[in-house]
Amino acid sequence: MNLSLTRRYRFSASHRLDTPQFSEAENRRVYGKCNSPHGHGHNYALEVTVSGPVDSATGMIANLGELDPFVEQEVIGPFDHKYLNEEIAEFQSLVPTTENVCREIFRRLEKFPAARLERVRIEETSKNSFEIAREN
Amino acid sequence: MIRITRKIEFSAAHFYHNPNLSAEENHRVFGKCNNPRGHGHNYALEVTIAGEPDPTTGMVLDLKELKEILQREVMDRMDHRHLNYEVPELAGLIPTCENVATVIWKLLEPKITSGKLDRIRLYESPDLFVDCTAASTNGAGSQE
Repeated sequence: MNLSLTRRYRFSASHRLDTPQFSEAENRRVYGKCNSPHGHGHNYALEVTVSGPVDSATGMIANLGELDPFVEQEVIGPFDHKYLNEEIAEFQSLVPTTENVCREIFRRLEKFPAARLERVRIEETSKNSFEIAREN
Repeated sequence: MIRITRKIEFSAAHFYHNPNLSAEENHRVFGKCNNPRGHGHNYALEVTIAGEPDPTTGMVLDLKELKEILQREVMDRMDHRHLNYEVPELAGLIPTCENVATVIWKLLEPKITSGKLDRIRLYESPDLFVDCTAASTNGAGSQE
């Protein structure tokens, strides 16, 4: 039997899908209304899954008293109520599709010292979700 | 292979306390979950069974049977109970979501005689859940 723990967080942010590798017309064609020049926003839901041995002293894979502040520091604080294209350094040169946001959040949370990050899943809206799992 | 999932909900009380730690350490490690008077949650449990449909009935497992197993093994034991005091299988364990899910897995696994227990997902709240998955699979996306 394998065991994992998943915690769900929320943040709200704006973004614009636009790449300098395309012309203005191509950006408009590829990204449609997501290319709207001043950006638009979403209420993102973020699921973070970790695994590891259950500590016999605490009964826990990871103490939420450690996981929550780590996710707050690495992701929620920097991302919540921000314009991702301009306020997250990595997205100044990378289009902040939710695929890329998944990758960036996985990269940030992979440093969590107390358990092994297995998966990051993001609901961009109630209709679209994206996930990235550790590759073994 | 087909997976079928049944969901149940139960409500229970618990608190976290390790008698081997000092009062200060318990408070530091468990925070507000250490309140000795306890607190409660509405738990939701998703139980997934994997198998091939029986050629006669077209079912992996009769959901009526699964419902009865879940009633007997989980609801009767845990619904409207205090997990620290009233569930013998949790005696000596801190009733975290991890430990409660593990106990439920061990209770259910031998009772599933048609198909195999593939996954249980125990929600302590909408924002926190634990998955137990069969060791031979890697959850979603595993082989047929």
